[in-house]
Amino acid sequence: MTLEPSRLRGADLVGLAVAGMRARPLRAVLSALGIAVGIAAMVVVVGISASSRAEVEAQLELLGTNLLTVSPGQTITGEEASLPPESVDMVARIGPVESVGAIGEVDANVYRSEAIDPNLSNGITVYATTVDLLGTVGGEVAEGRFLDEALAAFPTTVLGSTTAERLGITVADGSVAVRIGDEDFTVVGVLEPVPLVPELDAGALVGWPVAEAELGFDGAPTTIFERSPDATVAAVREVLPATANPEAPQETVVSRPSDALAAKAATDRTLTTLLLSLGGVALLVGGIGVANTMVIAVLERRSEIGLRRSLGATRGHIRGQFLAESMLLAGLGGVGGAAIGGAATAGFALWQGWPVSIPLWALALSAAATIAVGAVAGVYPASKAARYSPTVALSAY
Amino acid sequence: MDDQINTAVQVRTGDERAGPGAARPSDPSDASPSPEPELPQDDPVSVVELAGVDRTYPGKPPVAALRGVDLAVRPGELLAVVGPSGSGKSTLLNIAGTLDRADAGTVRIDGRDLSDCSDRQLASIRAHRIGFVFQQFFLAPGASALDNVADGLLYTGRPKRERREAASRTLERVGLGDRAHHKPGELSGGQRQRVAIARALVGDPGLLLTDEPTGALDSATGEAIVELLVDLHRGGTAVIVITHDAQVAAAMPRRVLMRDGRIESDEAVRG
Repeated sequence: MTLEPSRLRGADLVGLAVAGMRARPLRAVLSALGIAVGIAAMVVVVGISASSRAEVEAQLELLGTNLLTVSPGQTITGEEASLPPESVDMVARIGPVESVGAIGEVDANVYRSEAIDPNLSNGITVYATTVDLLGTVGGEVAEGRFLDEALAAFPTTVLGSTTAERLGITVADGSVAVRIGDEDFTVVGVLEPVPLVPELDAGALVGWPVAEAELGFDGAPTTIFERSPDATVAAVREVLPATANPEAPQETVVSRPSDALAAKAATDRTLTTLLLSLGGVALLVGGIGVANTMVIAVLERRSEIGLRRSLGATRGHIRGQFLAESMLLAGLGGVGGAAIGGAATAGFALWQGWPVSIPLWALALSAAATIAVGAVAGVYPASKAARYSPTVALSAY
Repeated sequence: MDDQINTAVQVRTGDERAGPGAARPSDPSDASPSPEPELPQDDPVSVVELAGVDRTYPGKPPVAALRGVDLAVRPGELLAVVGPSGSGKSTLLNIAGTLDRADAGTVRIDGRDLSDCSDRQLASIRAHRIGFVFQQFFLAPGASALDNVADGLLYTGRPKRERREAASRTLERVGLGDRAHHKPGELSGGQRQRVAIARALVGDPGLLLTDEPTGALDSATGEAIVELLVDLHRGGTAVIVITHDAQVAAAMPRRVLMRDGRIESDEAVRG
């Protein structure tokens, strides 16, 4: 006579794995927790860095990537070069250029009042500023107003956000003055942080004419900012050096501030990789926990194994049962970890005011990683279980 | 009225095969007793046949658990295997149940030589043709009686609904129809053993192997279990009962006495 081979349905295999896990819920939760910690760590690392990158991208979107700057470089003999005073107007004459602003570093310090020790300069730089600067660099005024043609001729100043903080100034209604050089300058405005030109944050901005008249400014810009339509940025970049300094184009440095911002986001990748490998170590430890749990389970359930063999289970069925249980255990940890990691990422991003971004590939990778970890962790216990002779398994109690 | 002498049993088995024990487990119609005999009536093949079987457990010194054992069990037969501890009873059961392999000699189940069977083929024989009942019941504590019994069909690949229907019928058959949804912890020892017997029977095996089925029970409960086994045998299932309980053995129409790995006597007795 011929008999049908022993057969275990897929649904029943899953049922066996679930039942095995539910028989000892606390142990299942604890060993799944190990996996969950590893997965959560990885999801958080990837999620937070993705969210922060999304934030930078959103910022760049807002600020635009069409801002170019021209600064003086070095002369052939290694001395500091300077741009001619008329360079600002010449850059403005380049066809596609839409707006131009400039700053010129002024050799003067800023103090809260005359009474402050001159050595306590707070690291604040004074910049002579054209009135178009703010619009060109995409900055915003937090308090008061920015310099205009009328104010630029008088001792008035607009403080960067860091400067205002260092000097302890929160109002810009004309009632407060700071000491710049030998003159009191009325604070007419305070800026929000300027992401594309962070040096403005620690600056005090004064009008171009008043800087020349009162602070001994030579009128040579130290940085010229210009914006042109995105399509023309490359072409403008070509002609900028020669336009800004026709006599010595090689003594100019042209850069694109948005590149620096994007690069900052990119440099985080090294750290991300490091943290990701730490998460991987946690996952590995979690996997060892699962393997440990499964080894104990196999030892404890020898009689169950013997019984199943007597009911007609093949070695393969026993192996499959314990392997499925191990994978289920790890998978549970993976799902839990992804949920914890996702929630932590969302919480952190919302707290930082970032867009929440959890890349799908990170979740897919976590799922694949847990399944792989569960499978690897289950191989030894499962094959040990499959190797038990039914009689030995049944006589053990 | 019947089964009083060995030969009578063998002759009768041809008719008795009409019982559920004879139906092919893979046959979907096995729900109802099928009158169709599986084997020629004039030459009933033994459900299990051991010829010159040796089994020695390795160790220092090696233990010869079985030495040249010959035993044939006809379909529907009921026999007790008795003997002192260490006489080889359990080894005999393991080998007859394909859980262990003989070192020498041949073992046949339904006429099929097991020596060239793979692990998968042996598993298939256990899944479809043999039911085991153990002294310790081995029930899953978290599952209902019904699900424990249905587990007896798990490795036949039949769908869950079908398994539970068969389990429900088998629980009725062992007198536990009203306890189907109780967990083992809510059942008495005798009821648990009935659940374990139902699990062994649910696939309608031709051979039921029981190892000290009354060992963990008080004598009154044990007697009821023995009555159940006798009923099953009347229903056409061959039953081998391993026991050291003389009272249990006395209820069986055939008794095999083992000592030191050998069969000392094999006789049909009056019940």
